[in-house]
Parts: sequence; C-alpha cells; structure tokens
Amino acid sequence: MYDPTVARLTYRGLLGRRRALILGALPVLLIMISIAVRVFAGTDDQVASDVLGGFALATMVPIIGVIAGTGAIGPEIDDGSVVYLLAKPIKRPTIIFTKLIVAIAVTMAFSAIPTFLAGLILNGNGQQIAVAYTVAALVASIAYAALFLLLGTVTRHAVVFGLVYALVWEALFGSLVSGARTLSVQQWSLAVAHKVTGGDLVTSDVGLTTATVLLVAVTVAATWFAGQKLRTLTLAGEE
Amino acid sequence: MTTLNIDHVSRWFGNVVAVNDITMTIGPGVTGLLGPNGAGKSTLINMMGGFLASSTGSVTLDGQPVWRNEQIYRQIGIVPEREAMYDFLTGHEFVVANAELHGLGKKAAQKALATVEMEYAQERKIQTYSKGMRQRVKMASALVHDPSVLLLDEPFNGMDPRQRMQLMNLLRRMGDEGRTVLFSSHILEEVEQLASHIEVIVAGRHAASGDFRRIRRLMTDRPHRYLVRSSDDRALAAALIADPSTAGIEVDLQEGALRIQAVDFGRFTTLLPRVARDNGIRLLTVSPSDESLESVFSYLVAA
Repeated sequence: MYDPTVARLTYRGLLGRRRALILGALPVLLIMISIAVRVFAGTDDQVASDVLGGFALATMVPIIGVIAGTGAIGPEIDDGSVVYLLAKPIKRPTIIFTKLIVAIAVTMAFSAIPTFLAGLILNGNGQQIAVAYTVAALVASIAYAALFLLLGTVTRHAVVFGLVYALVWEALFGSLVSGARTLSVQQWSLAVAHKVTGGDLVTSDVGLTTATVLLVAVTVAATWFAGQKLRTLTLAGEE
Repeated sequence: MTTLNIDHVSRWFGNVVAVNDITMTIGPGVTGLLGPNGAGKSTLINMMGGFLASSTGSVTLDGQPVWRNEQIYRQIGIVPEREAMYDFLTGHEFVVANAELHGLGKKAAQKALATVEMEYAQERKIQTYSKGMRQRVKMASALVHDPSVLLLDEPFNGMDPRQRMQLMNLLRRMGDEGRTVLFSSHILEEVEQLASHIEVIVAGRHAASGDFRRIRRLMTDRPHRYLVRSSDDRALAAALIADPSTAGIEVDLQEGALRIQAVDFGRFTTLLPRVARDNGIRLLTVSPSDESLESVFSYLVAA
C-alpha cells in the first residue's frame, strides 16, 4: 500500500523549490504573532484560544493543507511528469495512499508543531489550550490532506478551489451560517480537541460522534475517489 | 515476440474526431508512425500506452488490454513527448527511482544509463540538461526494466544531428534484438532512415502502411503541381504539353502564370529547363504549389 519511492519523489517535490518557503511562512508568522501577544498582552487564556482558534486552526492549517495536499500530486499531473509513476506496474490506489501519507505528514509538521509552540508561548499550555489546538491541527491535517489531494487529482485549479474552500467556506460561511459548521473540517477537529482536553475554552458546534464519523468518511471517500480518478487519468497529448 | 494490436480504434474529444477507425498491428522491429502535426499520432500513442481510453475499438498487447491494466507496464517502456520529468533530481536519482518503481535496483538503473551513454552527466540535476540529454535520460527510464515494447512520441524533436544519430542507432539495435519499437515523427526522412515498417496517419485516419520504398513511391508518384512564370507562357505551355510527363496545363490569366500538372516527377524536372532553353524562353518562377507535407499526406489519404 505504501511505496517508498513514490513517497521520496513526493517529499522532494513538496519540500523543494518555492513551496517550502510558502509552507514555512505561515508558521513563522504564527510564532511571531504569539511572541508579540505574549510580550504586549501577557498571558491570557482567552486571548491564547482566540489566536490559536482564529489564526492557527481556521487559517493556517487549511492553507497548509491546500499547499501540501494539492502539491503532492497537482504539479505532476499538470506538467505531465506523473506519467513516470503511471507507466509502472504499481496499483493506482498505492500511489494515492502514499501521496496521502506524505501530504498528511507535511501538513502535520508545518501546522501542528507550530501550533503547539505558539500555544506554549501564549500561555504555557494553560488549561491544556496548546494541547487541544495541537490535537485539532493533527486531526484536521488528515482530512484536509485527503480532501485537497483529491482536488489536486480532479482539477488543474486545485489551489484556487482549495483556498476558496478553506477561506470562504471554513472561515466566512462557518461564522455566518451555522449549518455550514456541520460540514466544516475545522469544527470536526475542534470536537475531537474538546473531547481530549475537556475544557470550556475549546468547543465545537458539532458533536463528537458526528465529527468522528464525518472525518473518517470524508478521508476514506476522498482517498478512494482519488485512486479511482488516477486509474483513468487521461494524459492529453500536446496536439 | 510481442505484438501490439490496434483494432478499429477511434477516439473523439467532444465532437472532434482525433483518431478515426484505425486498425494496425505493430510487431517486432522498428515501426515509424508518420503523419503531419495534429494528425492524431500522440492520441494514438497515448492509447497504445494506456494513458487514454479509446472511444470505440480495442488496444491489446498479446491479447491483454492496455487500458486500466498497470501490469502491462512490465512489458512496455514509454518515452513521452513532454519535457517535464522531476527536474529537481539528478539523472541518476531519476533513473534509480524509475528502476525502484519496477521493483528493480541501482544495477538496472546503471545499465540503462550506460546504454544511453549518460553516465558522464548522471550526477547533474536534470534541470541543467540539454534537450538531447533529457531525451536520453527519458530513454534510460523507459529501458530500465528491459521492456519488450518501446513507445516513443516524437523522440527526435529538438535533437541535434549527432544526438539524432546516436538515438537512431540505439533504436535500430533495440529493433534488431527483437523488441517492438514504435516511434512517431512528422518528418519522412527521419522515419525512412530508421523504420523498417511505416504506418502513415493523416487527419486521424490510417492513410498508408508498408515499407519505406512503398511509402516513398506513393509520395513521389502522385501528380505534382507547379506554378511557372516565364517570358512566353503560351509557347512554353505548347512545348511542354507535347511530352507525356505533363498531364495538364492551365494558363492562369489573373496570376499571369502557368499551372502545370506533372505526372512523371523525375522526367518533368529535367524536361522543363531543357524545353525552355531550346525555345529561347526565360523561366522567371518555378514553384511547386503543393509540396507541403500536408498535401503530400492528403494525397495519400485520397489514394
């Protein structure tokens, strides 16, 4: 199911070039904001929760998910180099599954670790806030990576669609239309985080059972569909 | 012995027909797929390589379907036309990765790099390679598992004469070893030099098939049209029509020129200057009016 060569090619494609800079920029910004807040406002659990929930989980994690998820396959399909993976006796779902693992690992590394560090800086993990948001980031990383990997497989404009989903749906609609929150990776991950820490500062509009079912369903369905899509991927000629 | 069977294959994109009911069998040896740009060569090669479903008909390799059958790649090696190929890797890393994806190791990769004579530059990043070097590394990646079928889409595009020669020798050797080698090209001379068998595709249709002598003859035996301007068009016309190499002459008053249809190409080309000199006529313009490859090809389709 997991092919180390596919993984190596994917890691090098993702972490090389300019992409790594973009991946690194948001975490650096988060840490800088956290330091600034700590210096100017001191420790405040509510403020810490606002920064981690409002910026880290609502903005940084989905954007990194978009970059890592679509970037794990989109550019190869775009420039045609995916042909070197496809012209091999390897099962298509294996290629997708491997790329998913890589996308998840990269999303987690660039979102969960900085979230945890930011939490420590903001209030030293008071009320388990740092742990809660880190758990949320880890959980969200899986679903985002799967969703955006699928997006990278089905459309050439995956980054645009991904950002629209992440910013418009998750951030904007989520705060205006309560129904949209049920269909929000962010809310599902918060439900899990709430369960883990049991605090009142980290809450979700979605129940834990619904959240878990939807998280698993979305991840599995997106991965399966991406595998099917790759089986019949058409590489149009240049004519 | 590996044979690729294309059976009544068509492919359309929306209402554009790219490949129109083509049937052919590609056996061991080197086969050239010849046709003008846009004829459907790439579409056909993509279907042969399992990267595109046919709209109707079937493509099989020794009876096995090619589409949605990744096991077929144990036997097929593919050299795509597109340039992109993990440019951030070195040539060596790239070919090793291709070997690993086939379940093979560094030894197979090294052998393939030696076959294409790229060992000297294998530690350089692919993005620093010239077009010819890229082509050879692509070749190495396709050869790494010693496939019995090799499909190459416009492999000579952008290569210099020396690189072209090298690749031709390599492909010829592969064909002599009994592999089924198919390459596409829009240049007759290229195909003629290399392929023992030629399939001609024009506008999505299978126009001709055979060895290069047959194809060459088809191409030169057709009527040739010339546009000729001279100091005395009517006198020239009268003198030319007396010879059997000329089938028809039209005096085009608007253009102020003769439109000549020659049936015997070789004879006509020696006749025209001689007739002009004997009659004291100066030739001002002699231009073949249908020498474009497209018109040669469309003649073949009509034939």
